[in-house]
Amino acid sequence: MRFERREKTSALLGIAAPLIAVAVALAMSGVLIALAGAPVLEAYGRIAIGAFGSKLAITETLTWATPLILTGLAAAVAFRAQVWNIGAEGQLYAGALAVAALGAANPLGLPPAALIVVLMVAGAIAGMVLLVVPVMLRLRFGVDEVVTTLLGNFIVLLFVSLAVEGFLKDPLAFGWPQSVPVVMEASLPRIVDRSRLHLGLPIACGLAVLVFLVLRYTVFGMQSRAAGLNPAAARFAGVPISGTLIRVACLSGGLAGLAGAIEVLGVKGYVTTDLSPGFGYSGIVVAMLAGLNPLGVVLAALFVAAMFVGADGMSRTLDVPSFIADVTVSLSLLTMLIALFFTSWRVRK
Amino acid sequence: MTDLIDILFTVGLWSSVLRIATPLIFGTLGALLCERAGVLNLGIEGIMTFGAMAGWLAVFMGADLWTGILVAALTGAAFGLVHAALTVTLGLSQHVTGLGITLLASSLSYYIFRLAVDVQGTPPTIEPFAPLSVPGLSDLPLIGPALFTQTAPTYLAIALAGVLAYVLFRTPLGLAVRMTGENPHAAEAQGLNPIHIRYGAVIAGSALMAMGGAFLTLAAFNSFFPTMIQGRGWVCIALVVFSTWRPGRALFGALLFALFDAYQLRLQTVFGSAVPYQLFLMLPYILSIVALVVMSRRARVPQALMKPYRRGER
Repeated sequence: MRFERREKTSALLGIAAPLIAVAVALAMSGVLIALAGAPVLEAYGRIAIGAFGSKLAITETLTWATPLILTGLAAAVAFRAQVWNIGAEGQLYAGALAVAALGAANPLGLPPAALIVVLMVAGAIAGMVLLVVPVMLRLRFGVDEVVTTLLGNFIVLLFVSLAVEGFLKDPLAFGWPQSVPVVMEASLPRIVDRSRLHLGLPIACGLAVLVFLVLRYTVFGMQSRAAGLNPAAARFAGVPISGTLIRVACLSGGLAGLAGAIEVLGVKGYVTTDLSPGFGYSGIVVAMLAGLNPLGVVLAALFVAAMFVGADGMSRTLDVPSFIADVTVSLSLLTMLIALFFTSWRVRK
Repeated sequence: MTDLIDILFTVGLWSSVLRIATPLIFGTLGALLCERAGVLNLGIEGIMTFGAMAGWLAVFMGADLWTGILVAALTGAAFGLVHAALTVTLGLSQHVTGLGITLLASSLSYYIFRLAVDVQGTPPTIEPFAPLSVPGLSDLPLIGPALFTQTAPTYLAIALAGVLAYVLFRTPLGLAVRMTGENPHAAEAQGLNPIHIRYGAVIAGSALMAMGGAFLTLAAFNSFFPTMIQGRGWVCIALVVFSTWRPGRALFGALLFALFDAYQLRLQTVFGSAVPYQLFLMLPYILSIVALVVMSRRARVPQALMKPYRRGER
């Protein structure tokens, strides 16, 4: 089979690609659901009901989508500049841990709003540091940041385990390994009554718009894209590559750290080693499904969150392992890659 | 202090080194083969997980242990085929595709495992490979039990390092693979087909990775549980850089890493609760990063690594 480049990608194809990709992924996991002996269509129906069927279901899905929007943005920003940040999971935990460490008391007596902002910034900085180091290692020593950020995830998670069993352990948690809770006044206000949905969702959506504008309309956005598309040409055109990549790392790591901070402030109130069911890794899928477009990230995060929340209920009623959500989401990453390929290439006749 | 040195002279330490090293040897050789042909295979973590599950499941269903290893290798080859189709034929990003394969293969293994073995609580077990004592040699002090009372797949892994080194550097096939990884256009000019060579290398390499995973469930342990690979795949990717893409050094790197890992496990018992055990568990990952930093400057990366090859296109 030979391929040739399309002269231009039609807008229609760009919109159709993720939809086709998700449809194919759903069809393929349908086979797996059938393998489990469950009625496929009913299973999908139950996933949809579990994710959107009631007010509670919708707020749960949106609560799940919140960290995914942020980790998705983190991946999208980095991947656009060809900074392969696979460490969002670790950065998320670093942000969460920073919040737990600093938010356990309010010695300065800050008003709640100020305290929340301070804690979020602290979480973002923790995530930033964690990504700037691997990017500096790449710039200085040529070390592939994929491997360092991946290995970093394991180091951070062990550090979290160390913290919640040691210096940050909550003495009132009946021996459970969990961190001291963040003070009450720092928790993010709920935005829907009788649900877990919190202010983090509008913050995440706002950041998606902001990141979109920054990438499209600022010099930094142009430089980061140039650094990704063709570093040699970008350098020749006067783009400071190292500086740009470090700024990208700050933005990407910061967003992932913020995801952890918001998850602690909005949902849990404390840190455990199972704070994130792989939000960092799923963020990569979210970013790819969105075609690395910051606004698309919101929609893609919604899809991924709906799969996880919906599959949870479906698995209990139909006895299909809830891992089906992970399978579908990772399948959709691969089908999306293929779909993206065919938006810019076609089979030569 | 003497405790720390005494550990080095215990039989337990040295016999666990080879056991810890075996999955890393398989994985590193597999990743090395892929990269020598110019394809980074980040599917390794997931492929090892799937191999661990598939090999275990085959044996659990009644197959013998070697059939289990074979089943694992075949599933690894299948994922390798997918990775090659996406990165070689379509030329997609090797980073993202590899991660996609890892996410897919690991979630699929958990899904299939849960379907096939419907249990909550302690996972069921199989009868794993028994250690083989080499007559005579295994009675030697210290090195006897360490080197000559291992399970069969461990000996296979060590032999494979030699085989791979021979094939890569002493045969026309190996030359073709290396040429494809350095300059596929030159390979094509020599009448070779870079596409086929890359497919072959990725499929064979992925099969090796899966065998490394199967070693964990069929020899080192006797059951499968999620997250059991614990980043071993990523460590292998780091070891490939450490080895400067040479099988012999890959073997050495895996053994060195395993020695370190075995040593830190024993340090935990020496220090008891005085030092948090997590610090020791972090050491292997930190060591991998340090090794990467030290070696990356000197590393001679295959020149066409991560560059998709399209015929008639520069």
